[in-house]
Amino acid sequence: MAAAASHHQQHRHPKRRRLALALSLSPSPTPDAAAPPLDSLADELLFLVLDRVAQADPRALKSFALASRACHAAESRHRHVVRPLRTDLLPAALARYPCATRLDLSLCARVPDAALASAVVSGPSALRAVDLSRSRGFGAAGVAALAASCPGLADLDLSNGVDLGDAAAAEVARAKGLRRLSLARWKTLTDMGLGCVAVGCAELRELSLKWCLGVSDLGIQLLALKCKKLTSLDLSYTMITQDSFLPIMKLPNLQELTLVGCIGIDDDALGSLEKECSKSLQVLDLSQCQNITDVGVSAILKSVPNLLELDLSYCCPVTPSMVRSLQKIPKLRTLKLEGCKFIADGLKAIGTSCVSLRELSLSKCSGVTDTELSFAVSRLKNLLKLDITCCRNITDVSLAAITSSCTSLVSLRMESCSRVSSGALQLIGKHCSHLEELDLTDSDLDGEGLKALARCSKLSSLKIGICLKISDEGLTHIGRSCPKLRDIDLYRCGGLSDDGIIQIAQGCPMLESINLSYCTEITDSSLISLSKCAKLNTLEIRGCPMITSTGLSEIAMGCRLLSKLDIKKCFDINDVGMLYLSQFSHSLRQINLSYCSVTDIGLLSLSSISGLQNMTIVHLAGITPNGVTATLMVCGCLTKVKLHEAFKSMMPPHMIKNVEARGCVFQWIDKPFKVEVEPCDVWKQQSQDVLVR
Amino acid sequence: MDLSQNHIHNQSAANLYYQFGSDNSFPGLGTQQQFPPFTSPFGASPSTNIPHMDWNPATMLDNLTFIEEKIRQVKDVIHTMVDSGGQLSCHQGEIAQKKQVVNADLTCLIVQLISTAGSLLPSLKNSSFLRHPAAGHMDMANHVGPSSGLVPNAMTVSEENKEDMCSPEDYEELFKGWTDGTIKEGIEIGNVLVEEQDMKDGDEGKDGENLPPGSCELLQLEKDEILAPHTHFCSICGKGFKRDANLRMHMRGHGDEYKSPAALAKPPRDASAEHELVKRYSCPFVSCKRNKLHKNFQPLKTILCVKNHYKRSHCEKSYTCSRCHTKKFSVMADLKTHEKHCGRDKWLCSCGTSFSRKDKLFAHVALFQGHTPALPSEEPKTCSDQISHAGSHQESTKVPNSMGSSFMWGASSGDNNALDIKGFDGCNDDFLSTANFGSFNLSFGPADGFTGEPSGGSFSMLPSEHFQSA
Repeated sequence: MAAAASHHQQHRHPKRRRLALALSLSPSPTPDAAAPPLDSLADELLFLVLDRVAQADPRALKSFALASRACHAAESRHRHVVRPLRTDLLPAALARYPCATRLDLSLCARVPDAALASAVVSGPSALRAVDLSRSRGFGAAGVAALAASCPGLADLDLSNGVDLGDAAAAEVARAKGLRRLSLARWKTLTDMGLGCVAVGCAELRELSLKWCLGVSDLGIQLLALKCKKLTSLDLSYTMITQDSFLPIMKLPNLQELTLVGCIGIDDDALGSLEKECSKSLQVLDLSQCQNITDVGVSAILKSVPNLLELDLSYCCPVTPSMVRSLQKIPKLRTLKLEGCKFIADGLKAIGTSCVSLRELSLSKCSGVTDTELSFAVSRLKNLLKLDITCCRNITDVSLAAITSSCTSLVSLRMESCSRVSSGALQLIGKHCSHLEELDLTDSDLDGEGLKALARCSKLSSLKIGICLKISDEGLTHIGRSCPKLRDIDLYRCGGLSDDGIIQIAQGCPMLESINLSYCTEITDSSLISLSKCAKLNTLEIRGCPMITSTGLSEIAMGCRLLSKLDIKKCFDINDVGMLYLSQFSHSLRQINLSYCSVTDIGLLSLSSISGLQNMTIVHLAGITPNGVTATLMVCGCLTKVKLHEAFKSMMPPHMIKNVEARGCVFQWIDKPFKVEVEPCDVWKQQSQDVLVR
Repeated sequence: MDLSQNHIHNQSAANLYYQFGSDNSFPGLGTQQQFPPFTSPFGASPSTNIPHMDWNPATMLDNLTFIEEKIRQVKDVIHTMVDSGGQLSCHQGEIAQKKQVVNADLTCLIVQLISTAGSLLPSLKNSSFLRHPAAGHMDMANHVGPSSGLVPNAMTVSEENKEDMCSPEDYEELFKGWTDGTIKEGIEIGNVLVEEQDMKDGDEGKDGENLPPGSCELLQLEKDEILAPHTHFCSICGKGFKRDANLRMHMRGHGDEYKSPAALAKPPRDASAEHELVKRYSCPFVSCKRNKLHKNFQPLKTILCVKNHYKRSHCEKSYTCSRCHTKKFSVMADLKTHEKHCGRDKWLCSCGTSFSRKDKLFAHVALFQGHTPALPSEEPKTCSDQISHAGSHQESTKVPNSMGSSFMWGASSGDNNALDIKGFDGCNDDFLSTANFGSFNLSFGPADGFTGEPSGGSFSMLPSEHFQSA
């Protein structure tokens, strides 16, 4: 606790200085000496200051509010987003922040109608955006209360409302000013409910009807007729057909159309536009539409002259004639062809037809060969993002072509391109110095390659998992020259030890996420150095048996924003580590404790972390059903808990029911107890054997 | 009529007899009993309907007179040819035409003679039918088509056409299409004549079907035939059936000979049937568009079409819907179709209009500004799982306008959560039933029925309570 206090102190001093500075600049008349200085400060200026403070450390605002009554009031007026941890806090939170315009309930798994109604009425009606996408338990009545008491409601996210149906949609329709609405996964929604929304919310700009299986052409047609201002429409996995496709395409302002997995859309539908064209459409997603072929795609491309983004993943084989029709959309920036099959020089045609491409995804495509890919990338000089994940046939030839022609690449993803040699991987660093995102997972990368990558000073995300050849020396280069690194994945890099990690921790202060799973040589000293990375929020040290509670406690104290922690199979971590976590890591949302030496005591102490949502507690020798039950009862925010199957019968059923009633889902794991961790090279060999088979 | 023709074509005389001999149950009684059964199924008395079928001396005499008349006409034509023989210079073509006319007339005479004689000798007649299907065809169809001069007192249409036919001018016209006067075509002439004339006058509105002249055969059933309930009759007991297959099933009861697979099988269509012309039908109601005399005549395609058309257009609507008691139908099937949907206008609009079909409702909503689909009053399982509202909302077809300012949740939210929940529960139901919110103030009387509890009672053990207390 002492550490926390000192932490607050540290933050408070510079802030005071800044406030004083702002005060001296303010044009207000000379402040009365008796009046608190904040009273004379214009709200706008104060808010600018608070914005900066929040940007530096979100928790600092809390300490600011505690400083004085005026500070408290100022902070109340400043906050615009309210994200309560528990539903029962909702009325209080809204009363505390009357100026809030956005209510984010994504941390509340269960929001009963009553809570929604009472909270919203007691609070202000200034709310403009409400997010209920992760919440369940409310119905038409709750939606009705929300719509009635928030006249300014413009953004409503009701995704995943699997229980909601037409009645709730009719209530949504009473929020006349809605501009953005998501009804994704309303499986019981029919045309009637959609018709109500279409008539009621004529101002709609963005609408998602993803997975609304009950909606048919009739409803969509009415929507297209009534909501002419729509700019973005998501109809993924609905049963729409040609009948409603035509009116949608005729919407005058439609910019973004998502039709993932629409099996009713076929070549006839795509061809039905004929001479008509949608000049406004910029983004078209046809991925996983199984019933369209290259003929239909060619047909629709004639009707969308201003398209910027096209997604045809898992859709149809790519033929040269189809690619040539891409010439009709000269502005195309992004082309996604994940999981497609290239037929007869289709890839080459991309090189000749889509010269303006900025982003190309060929992930998991079949039929990508060296000659074709080399030809294509040699023409695509402007490419910024390239994804060739799992193109297993490409070799050094392709990589040489990519690095020599696409020198301005910002993102390169080439996981599992296993035929590319370590020598060729050095070319990446030599030629593509603008890279910000690089995925070389499961490649032949070695120390020399990493040394070359040191030239990429803007690198922010580096994924080099399962690269068994890399060493501490290589990482040292990265640590020295990539200060902007935020995310590094070193999963199963068996050759690494503490030295490399320490270099990274010292050189990359912006680090937010690090994965060290199964780097078996790692010890507490790595964690001690990582604890200096104050922004770290994700730490995965699964299967690092040499790590103890000492290292974890340093992390808990240093990385106060830690929200995801995986310490599975860190056998030496015990209750002490948990006690530190419970003291300092109040941001923790997700934790995996399997195989640790934690007992009931440690587990119970964790329950003081009020926002904990996700726990995995399997194969812990020191855990008893009673301890688990007690913990679960206390943690009010849990949404998902993984427990061993044996616990199911040992825990009182009514307790399980009670926890489930709060919105928590239990997953009962039935895996054998397995302590030993294979060496990385053995594991890689095994996984490759599986792949070959 | 179609059926009877089929039988003529497809079945032996004996078969034919069994099929239709409902009144005269014994075979071989004589020719005069051969034909009446044809008409009896249709409920008309044989003597008046198709008189020539009967062996009666008067008819025979009539036929012979007609033949005499015909011979005289032919003679006249030949005379004129002889007379004009001097002026050879004139028209070779005209002479050729006249020859054709004579040829056709003679053919006609021969056929008529054969059939007249055939009516005297049943065996001879039937065999002649089989040898010349067209001849039999003519006999059967003659009361429809105008070709047969054998029908002196048949219906008016035939009369007219017969006279038409007798005039050489018409023959000229006809023979443009047919150069060779085979028996078959010579007899078809009359049938097609009507159609061709109609086609000439009318525009092309023919139900999209435009059969060239001569490619179809036009038939016209009489009113009685159309309205007859049964078309197949048991030759032994006289019971009527709508379907031939039902009759065959029925016949099993009359003896083992009807149980053989051959007797039970569907009678095969013989080879001649394949070369048959497409059949089209005319409605007997004069001035109907489906009547062949109408200017824009549109033929009916099947017997069933004829029956449904005649009932729908020219008969009284005797079936009344038992649900709405207003809609009337003359075809039973139409009534049944209607009754399936009658009174189930479950698709409601906010304006109170109801529709039987969803697409009709959506078309309505699309058309009128501000109208919105309205959900039916009973919407099961829409509210959250913890709010139990077993109550039936009386009528909420009208979409509630506004919650009203008296919708006060916050009033009690501070002090009592349980009360709050209850309050909300009540409000929820109130809201759906569009009752007044003004009266709602955490106290609704026991009259509100849906809770079954007085206002003071609290809902114990609501899941949310657990949550909130936790």
